[in-house]
Amino acid sequence: MALIQGRFLDNIGRVYGIYTGGFIAFILLMAVLEQLGVGADTIGILFVGFTIAIYALIGWLSRTMEVDAYYVAGRQVPAVYNGMATAADWMSGASFVALAGGVYFGGYGYMAFIIGWTGGYVLVNSLMAPYLRKFGCYTVPDFIGTRYGGNLARFCAVVVLVVASFTYVTAQINATGTIAARALHIPFSWGVWFGLLGILLCSMLGGMRAVTWTQVAQYIVLIIAYLVPVIWMSNVQGFGIIPHFTYGEAAANMAQFEAQYGLNPPAEEIPGLSVLTTPHTGPVGELAQWKFVTLALCMMAGTASLPHILMRYFTTPSVRAARKSVGWSLLFIFLLYFTAPALATLTKLQLLDPSLPTAIIGKSFDEVASLDWIQNWSSVGFLAIADQNGDNILQLNEFFMRPDIVVLATPEIAGLPYVISGLVAAGGMAAAMSTADGLLLAIANALSHDLYYKMIDPRADTSVRLIVARILLLGIGALGALIASLQLTGILGAVAWAFCFACSGLFFPLMLGVWWRRANREGAIAGMIAGFVAGTAYLYYVYNGGTPWLGLDHLRFGIVGMAASLTAMVVVTLLTPAPDEEIQRMVDDTRVPVGPPILGAAH
Amino acid sequence: MSAENTDVRDRYWHKTRNLTILVLVLWAFFSLVIPAMVGTLDNVTFLGFPLGFYMIAQGSLIAFVLIIWFQNWRQDVIDDEFGFGDEQ
Repeated sequence: MALIQGRFLDNIGRVYGIYTGGFIAFILLMAVLEQLGVGADTIGILFVGFTIAIYALIGWLSRTMEVDAYYVAGRQVPAVYNGMATAADWMSGASFVALAGGVYFGGYGYMAFIIGWTGGYVLVNSLMAPYLRKFGCYTVPDFIGTRYGGNLARFCAVVVLVVASFTYVTAQINATGTIAARALHIPFSWGVWFGLLGILLCSMLGGMRAVTWTQVAQYIVLIIAYLVPVIWMSNVQGFGIIPHFTYGEAAANMAQFEAQYGLNPPAEEIPGLSVLTTPHTGPVGELAQWKFVTLALCMMAGTASLPHILMRYFTTPSVRAARKSVGWSLLFIFLLYFTAPALATLTKLQLLDPSLPTAIIGKSFDEVASLDWIQNWSSVGFLAIADQNGDNILQLNEFFMRPDIVVLATPEIAGLPYVISGLVAAGGMAAAMSTADGLLLAIANALSHDLYYKMIDPRADTSVRLIVARILLLGIGALGALIASLQLTGILGAVAWAFCFACSGLFFPLMLGVWWRRANREGAIAGMIAGFVAGTAYLYYVYNGGTPWLGLDHLRFGIVGMAASLTAMVVVTLLTPAPDEEIQRMVDDTRVPVGPPILGAAH
Repeated sequence: MSAENTDVRDRYWHKTRNLTILVLVLWAFFSLVIPAMVGTLDNVTFLGFPLGFYMIAQGSLIAFVLIIWFQNWRQDVIDDEFGFGDEQ
């Protein structure tokens, strides 16, 4: 197996080059089939089915029974590929499907997610990743447990990790279910289980190694699927060859259309659907800036504490490679995140600008109602038009849409062939599956390595540990799918909560573990418990109708959690004795990029 | 650990820490200060964009990428200076 792995790593560029070429050939084949009259439904099924089959194949080829390969992909993932895998791990169904729609409807306020989910990598790179890589841990609680010592600290970290990641993973399984249901024409509840099956095929047999190589493949699919429709649409509609640099005027003109049509709430709400009431470019309302900054801060600190991201940097060959791969990660993530506002702006322009043939606002009601894409999406209840003022003209506040269909509907609005819609479905599936895989693995690894092996049965042998890890993966995945099928929260609410849970409980214990030699066990435990409990209590308070303090609503409870965590950790640390010399030497060693890792390979 | 070794490590850590502080200041400027000023910046036009919108849609993101690559370049120089960068 080692020989094959070696050969694979030597040829990695060629392997993924052939894969990318094959995927493009597949897209062209689908385009030809469409011209030959194959139905849209068949093309959608082929896209989703073909890509999942490829991921499953990679997962099977990467199967392993070695601990190092299962937990950290043998620590030999080159920086560029780890960057791609991290980008796929990172960009969830929410990023892919909902981000552009959020900018479309939320404007300035929503763009805090874009800043938060990119700026967080500066914190990952400067405060966390290189030091955790040097430490040589398998999981994030492994670092907490070793640095601070004792099972209680390790256990607290496991609890925060499980709560944060599990909140997140249900949203991802929900997204795979939504996409699978639409592409394959099956009920949502089946879609969820089908999605889970695909996710487990990638991770069950090969753990981190399998997830790494499928995530690279998924990144290639998702980035092609995101960029191609936007660039194509831009060229068809004459917005420029690469729209990212030329949509400035469109953004600037938006204010004029907003004034012309008026940003008014609808006469009568339609549950689950939104009308555009927020200006595109600037802040509105008293606390707008404060809300932006606090949300961005929660997302950034959450990025630097979410274990499924941090553990990706445990897989590189060296500390320097870990840093380099953070740089690659952000570059690959940036490609999607700076496209989302362009997509939102151009889609909005197409609907609003009366000089464009695609415009619908201000047109006669019957004319709009007869458009194909309006009919397709209204029939599934994701979109609605209602002539509420009875003037037979579609006003801006009479056009209702679910925010998360902007990305999926844009190819149809622009009149692109169906093959593009199939591609987008495959991309959304890749985004949701790759994130779900990373999260499930983070949870299962923490439970199997930290809870089972380190705390319950330290003498368990390798095969038992890896079987336990797989059983946990299966169990947690099933539980996630079960909860997702209940559809408790929208995709985005759950994602923001995951970040807030993670930063409330883990940000300061992780950061100060490296940056403050004096930080001790009592302080870390106090920081984790106080942050997590305060954050959760505040979430419970605002979510049940309590008045938010300073505009900190349920998306921003991490601010309260982090404040409590920092205070508790510093105060308790200073009231209790400094950690012993051995721990202090451990911190010193963590800060130096060379030398043996703190934790050996066989720990 | 010898005394000299400790001294080398201290000077290494001092430089690393200063670089990190610089990076965090730049990070805070692009992620917290700029977004809070979007309303004002929107009065300026940049490449056809309202500048404030441009910064939160593209400008700050580009800055984050550059900050990370800048930090890695400087950190590699520091590592090499102290002989801590010998690995593969």
